[in-house]
Amino acid sequence: MPVILTTDALIFLLIAVALGYGVYASQHEHLRAPWRSVARSRVGVAALVVIGFYVLIGVLDSMHFHPRIEPVTTGEAAAPAQTDAERSGPGDAAAAPTEARYSTQVLSVLDVILTGLRERQEKTFSAPFATHLFVKEPIEQPDGSIVRGYPPLEHGGAHLKDPSRRGFDIAVRTVLGAIKGMLVWMALTAGLVWLVAHARGEDFNDGANAIWQGRTEVPWRVLLIALAAMLVLSFVAAELAAGYHILGTDKVGEDVFYQSLKSIRTGLVIGTLTTLVMLPAAVILGIMAGYFRGITDDVIQYLYTTLNSIPGVLLIAAAILMLQVYMTNNADQFASLVERADLRLLFLCIILGVTSWTGLCRLLRGESLKLREQDYVQAASALGVRHGTIITRHILPNVLHIVMITVVLDFSGLVLAEAVLSYVNIGVDPTMNSWGNMINSARLELAREPIVWWSLAAAFVFMFTLVLAANLFADVVRDAFDPRLARVT
Amino acid sequence: MSAYIVRRLLYAIPILIGVNLITFVLFFVVNSPDDMARMQLGDKRVTEEAIQAWKADHGYDRPLLFNAEAEGLGALTDTIFFQKSVKLFALNFGTSDSGRDIGYDIRQRMWPSLAIALPVLLVGLAINISYALMIVFFRATYIDVGSVVLLVAMMSISGLFYIISGQFLIGKLFHLVPISGYDIGLEAFKFLILPVIVGVVSGIGTGTRLYRTFFLEEINRDYVRTARAKGLRERIVLFRHVLKNALIPILTGVVAVLPLLFMGALITESFFGIPGLGSYTIDAINRQDFSIVRAMVFLGSVLYILGLILTDISYTMVDPRVRLS
Repeated sequence: MPVILTTDALIFLLIAVALGYGVYASQHEHLRAPWRSVARSRVGVAALVVIGFYVLIGVLDSMHFHPRIEPVTTGEAAAPAQTDAERSGPGDAAAAPTEARYSTQVLSVLDVILTGLRERQEKTFSAPFATHLFVKEPIEQPDGSIVRGYPPLEHGGAHLKDPSRRGFDIAVRTVLGAIKGMLVWMALTAGLVWLVAHARGEDFNDGANAIWQGRTEVPWRVLLIALAAMLVLSFVAAELAAGYHILGTDKVGEDVFYQSLKSIRTGLVIGTLTTLVMLPAAVILGIMAGYFRGITDDVIQYLYTTLNSIPGVLLIAAAILMLQVYMTNNADQFASLVERADLRLLFLCIILGVTSWTGLCRLLRGESLKLREQDYVQAASALGVRHGTIITRHILPNVLHIVMITVVLDFSGLVLAEAVLSYVNIGVDPTMNSWGNMINSARLELAREPIVWWSLAAAFVFMFTLVLAANLFADVVRDAFDPRLARVT
Repeated sequence: MSAYIVRRLLYAIPILIGVNLITFVLFFVVNSPDDMARMQLGDKRVTEEAIQAWKADHGYDRPLLFNAEAEGLGALTDTIFFQKSVKLFALNFGTSDSGRDIGYDIRQRMWPSLAIALPVLLVGLAINISYALMIVFFRATYIDVGSVVLLVAMMSISGLFYIISGQFLIGKLFHLVPISGYDIGLEAFKFLILPVIVGVVSGIGTGTRLYRTFFLEEINRDYVRTARAKGLRERIVLFRHVLKNALIPILTGVVAVLPLLFMGALITESFFGIPGLGSYTIDAINRQDFSIVRAMVFLGSVLYILGLILTDISYTMVDPRVRLS
């Protein structure tokens, strides 16, 4: 039974908006040209491939549903697996007792794909690729005596009969994963080459040659190399993750690799929904202030100067505290913890949006002030065109590039901000998977000897890859869209 | 010019009232004075009298925003909002909900905050400007490309990782300086080194990249071409012409953040255990001490507006073409 959380709905709305924009842009030359120059940039294409992988995982993780419970004959409903008990709320345990029974637990499509990772829990910490726990525990020997030692893991490397052959097993799995990844890549490459050759009106071999020698307008070669790297990496990781905890396990024994993958959605939601939430206010108010001037301008300027002069962290902290109080007082309004965490995420996006819309608003105001003096706007108003029409037909299309640049530039900053806010406990819900929460809990374990570094490293690598790709992409987009830069070079 | 400044200062008043109203509403929308009293008194079985006494002591025994019982202007002035806000404008912060003098605390905690923020700003400025200048000197070479990649990579690392790895490498691995804490007097020096280094390093990516674009913007100007045409060497062109003109946006940008240095760095201070204003604010948020949060928000807004005015003034000073009207 599908469940649509609020953020899911907004994500789908965002995808719809993006598609709509894509269709609109493809019909308008002044919007198509900059995107074409983005597609021609090698850095942009490579970054886009990486972002694409993240988005794919994020979207898979946004399709939620209540899993179906197989009818149990022994009266008592199947209790959700212990691993998920914390994530599923008390909720409607006694739902329809008839034919179709659904668990109260909320899963996503990604969870189903990663069922193995999700369910293979250990007791506590274990290092990446470890076969034994990270901490000593009393182990009962076959003869009944008790020795303190590192007990073997329940799942990690459990398939190995002889632990000393672990290195060989890892190597075999790596090669196997790489081969699978390359096979998939070859299939995709063949398809792409065929398409490119078809579009160029050449046969398959000429098309392949053109791509390989970098003679195509869009740098397909770079795209294919980036795709190969990502595919091989994912398949190797998948192959290894089937037998090991490739990034170790955390304090309660949850797989860190699984956590990192689940955190992707949180990062993407914060980075994109915040912008989506603040965009209408910033665009409408910014253009209105610049276009109408006078008292409207004064009021709007007052509004954003006031909001801007409150230190952002304090505003966020106050708002999140408020929400927390509200949630503890009205706990019965939320069907499950997932819903509660989701609402908090949405609220965080809104409040981050409130603190960050002022910059865009100011930019748009300045640009509209300039645009309203342009001859074509003057002519339109002299002809008696209504304000609304002037704004939508003449002003809005001419400030779209500013909106585009801001949206892309803000993304990476917001992803980074999430980590910091979660550290101060004013970020996402502590039960939600996010890089900030991973860092936060890992930070406390740094004092251990020897140190537990893998949670931190995993969060770092995943976050760094996404933010780096986003930053590089943002640069390419800005260079393509900003007319000021175009004149200089 | 003085008329302009006076007008800007007067304009600040409605903004500050708005700021106060927002913090006030945010806090009292869910948190009634009764809840505050219960939390501060700490006991679960607080009597109604105790709550009323606490409210009367701390001035929370009035209506929140509008007093229907009072007459005339009293309807607006005899409220918690008015009574609590008016003193702020005289920079009289009153006592915190736990009974400490906020003004005194702020004056005490200002210095550790400044001791970190000022060196971070100055050292960061020096490093960023010289690095950016170097990149521009070697523009369109591998040094340029490599540096830009490095800067983007540095920008993409979360500030938390700089702090954690700094603490781990310098503090724990090499045992050079203490990981966190603070001391008064000269002893404070060894506690300050690490936060300052971390602050500077984490700012290099963003700062240098921004300054590089400033320099590149200047380098395409006509006067630079003229200078080169006169036969000046690249080094002199850079230092005497480009640097001087590019300093205008850099310095005005610095002036804007100058007053905000007092506010301290929230994350750095609480990570390194420095008793500055940043950690003061975070503690207050966690304890839900409304008086402190409101005082800090007010202070932050005042400093922000001050920064805006200073920026405008500094523009006229460095660029004679700009006239304030």
